[in-house]
Amino acid sequence: MEWEVVIGLEIHVQLACKSKIFSGASTAFGAEPNTQACAVDLGLPGVLPVFNGEAAKMSIKFGLACGCEIAQRSIFARKNYFYPDLPKGYQTSQYEIPIVGKGQIEIQVDENTTKVVGITRAHMEEDAGKSLHEDFAGMTGIDLNRAGTPLLEIVSEPDMRSAKEAVAYMRKIHSLVRYLGISDGNMQEGSFRCDANVSVRPMGQKEFGTRAEIKNLNSFKFIEKAINVEVERQIDLIEAGGEVVQETRLYDSDKDETRSMRTKEEANDYRYFPCPDLLPVVISDEVVTEIQGSMPELPDEKKARFMEQFDLGSYDASLLSSSVESAGYFEKAVDASGGEGKLCANWIMGELQASLNREDMELEQSPVTPDLLGGLVKKIKDKSVTSKIAKKVFEAMWNDEGTADEIVEKYGWKPADASEIEPIIDEIIANNQAQVEQYRSGKEKVFGFFVGQVMKATKGQADPAQVNQLLKSKLAP
Amino acid sequence: MHKKTLAQLSAALQAKEISSVELTQEFLARAKQFNEQTNAYITITEDLALQQAKEADARIAAGNTQALTGIPLAHKDIFCTDGIKTSCGSKMLDSFIAPYNATVIEKFNAAGAICLGKANMDEFAMGSSNENSFYGVVKNPWDLNCVPGGSSGGSAAVVAARMAAAATGTDTGGSIRQPASFCGISGIKPTYGRVSRYGMIAYASSLDQGGPMAQSAEDLAMMLEVMAGFDPKDSTSAQKDVPQYSAAMNDSLEGVKIGLPKEYFGEGLDAEVATVVETAIEEYKKLGVEFAEVSLPNTHLSVPAYYVVAPAECSSNLSRFDGARFGHRCEDPKDLEDMYKRSRGEGFGEEVTRRILVGTYALSAGYYDAYYLKAQKTRRLISDDFKKAFADVDLILGPTAPTTAFGIGSKTDDPISMYLSDIYTIAVNLAGIPAMSIPAGMAGGKPVGLQLIGNYFDEAKLLNAAHKYQQVTDWHQQMPEGF
Repeated sequence: MEWEVVIGLEIHVQLACKSKIFSGASTAFGAEPNTQACAVDLGLPGVLPVFNGEAAKMSIKFGLACGCEIAQRSIFARKNYFYPDLPKGYQTSQYEIPIVGKGQIEIQVDENTTKVVGITRAHMEEDAGKSLHEDFAGMTGIDLNRAGTPLLEIVSEPDMRSAKEAVAYMRKIHSLVRYLGISDGNMQEGSFRCDANVSVRPMGQKEFGTRAEIKNLNSFKFIEKAINVEVERQIDLIEAGGEVVQETRLYDSDKDETRSMRTKEEANDYRYFPCPDLLPVVISDEVVTEIQGSMPELPDEKKARFMEQFDLGSYDASLLSSSVESAGYFEKAVDASGGEGKLCANWIMGELQASLNREDMELEQSPVTPDLLGGLVKKIKDKSVTSKIAKKVFEAMWNDEGTADEIVEKYGWKPADASEIEPIIDEIIANNQAQVEQYRSGKEKVFGFFVGQVMKATKGQADPAQVNQLLKSKLAP
Repeated sequence: MHKKTLAQLSAALQAKEISSVELTQEFLARAKQFNEQTNAYITITEDLALQQAKEADARIAAGNTQALTGIPLAHKDIFCTDGIKTSCGSKMLDSFIAPYNATVIEKFNAAGAICLGKANMDEFAMGSSNENSFYGVVKNPWDLNCVPGGSSGGSAAVVAARMAAAATGTDTGGSIRQPASFCGISGIKPTYGRVSRYGMIAYASSLDQGGPMAQSAEDLAMMLEVMAGFDPKDSTSAQKDVPQYSAAMNDSLEGVKIGLPKEYFGEGLDAEVATVVETAIEEYKKLGVEFAEVSLPNTHLSVPAYYVVAPAECSSNLSRFDGARFGHRCEDPKDLEDMYKRSRGEGFGEEVTRRILVGTYALSAGYYDAYYLKAQKTRRLISDDFKKAFADVDLILGPTAPTTAFGIGSKTDDPISMYLSDIYTIAVNLAGIPAMSIPAGMAGGKPVGLQLIGNYFDEAKLLNAAHKYQQVTDWHQQMPEGF
């Protein structure tokens, strides 16, 4: 039987607020345990939460970027359960009325496919602290620095049909929140993590299959692997006559398998109710308009502009606009090159990407800065270096040897001019009369031989186009 | 000195007829002496009080004073006090030394008032008789065999026996007014949001409100001027200026219209209490007040609605008492669940446990709509009742409680009958409006309280009406024998 995979994602994004969502304590990562937890974060008797309005503004930015409805009035509720890293015994989270409602986002699945994924909602909530089970000799340590950190939970529709689509969606959201400046998106520090709801159904069936929720996936690699092994598990189970049960599962990356964490029957009754300590979050039209006016250029807009302004193809434009870093790199390089978008794009996605891949480096780590690359492209464009020399210059730049100008100067890689090339061509023609005869009798393939000879004699510094032109005129009968 | 009003004490201090240290010593002596009979204090903070009194005297000498500078007060043990045990009447917090001050405490400190100690109360403010305190029942100074009312029973007894010049209390369903009534003192529950709840240990967040308890309306006005005001730390506190309550105290009541809710004079009201209220009405008529009957038709729903909303909120508010970070932790927990179960089971008393269980049930999946949502809808109906009534009248008047103070132990086996002692006070909290209780007579040797209810933020009108009454009567000046 053919199976269809159905995936919906819940992405938790840590908002880039300086202080916590309900207290004035800092949200900075990496402090000594429990040094960034104030009385409110500790849930001391008598303390009260005060909402940090920055979190609402950031959430609205996200909502506007995805064309979502923005609630004029949204409500915080309490999600009640006991856990030692949850100091108050409840998590304050938006439940029935979230700040961001329905919207959608377009993802680039591969070179030729885009897809629209529905956003169900996005709501604000506070993070819990951390339970540290190692290093305490059989006991558990609690670090409440993270307690009260503002989160935006973005819930998608079950619109994705493969792990690949899920990754593309997650990447797009990741890119978007970084573009908007509402999160650092740091996955190692847990600023961006995801739960995946996965089910399968026979191809063509309308009803959804029973889903399993895989918790806390914090890398693009793991989410793809986790979904794929979970899909495989569900199909194997059903084909062997079993039934998928609704449950929460954990992905074990060492064993590459998912494990049951708790079933539906074991699930908590969270007893949600509106938090009586907090007023509704009221958003006026003016605030929305103001935020709308302060939105940066977003990936899709950038992509369209790159295509229009620099005549790039859809895929290239999409890749270059896919992250704040790549778009920034590209635009800086174009500036330094004097506006050569197409050439810069080719170099970024060709030579530069290949070098990064080879060294397993990120764009931000590249020794070739956008200014350096732009400078090189400029020289290519004004023909002061040939493409062959350009590659050598790039290599030298990669090895920190300076700017294109400095490198060309250092190695004396100047393109020969016509007055230098002409005598060389004359000499080659004189020394290779047999080939001249062949060419003149119509064997045009021999032309390449002459080009090769000239380039060899000029050590590659001649401009191929110029060589072609000169050779053609001199070889003419 | 102990019989003087706050205004008189303040004048004596300013005129240097007495120092704050002397005054504090006098009240400390009374507090220690009468605590044996009344059990009104959980903690007497003698060292702190004398230290603060010295500072107050320095302020007075420097001429840097406010109305309450140097005056010894008691605080309900629900307000967090930095460095001092804040027990909330519970074994759970018997070892809890608060690391910060409630906003109300900060305000009194800034005003230069003296903290004599922390007053006894029903555990986590749940109760109407002070019999639910881990520290034992408070005895009513008017009759040591009777309860002082609750949950601010300690504060009421402290004021009645003049073991402090005045006290703070909190009122979630009548917890300032009912004990004020039982102990023959004055108490006001302000509009919800008028007094900051920051540092006031939460019972039912949408109903809790702090307020003063004192000898007279005049004293209450002086106290409330210090306590009230917007607090950036409490999102539910009102961003509204605090009027000079003392300034409007003497306004004439000529032409003021007071409503008498017929639902507050029906079945269940003790006949002697009814007579006292009727006498007070006559007194008010002499002051030029006009009376009209009003109807609050949903009054009978207030107790049931309250006993869904308040337990629901408390079931969540009290989740933080889990033995993990502060408060009682059981001995040698086997595992996490064992720690939770035994710490909470041992730390909470019977009534608190009952309300947590009721509230947990009311919020559970499948019951939420039938209980919690329905109670919230009922709450709106009750608010609408008051809204309609206040379209026609300035204030509402009635009894504070259906009876006078009842005997210790007489209702402990019957929670429903205990809950009904708050029948006239609870609706006010559900609506969020202000109300007060002032002494208006005696029945069987025990004080009877008169309740005045006002519209939102009409505390000034309430205090004015109470003060005018107290100028022509002396019930508020009477003291129990033996104190």
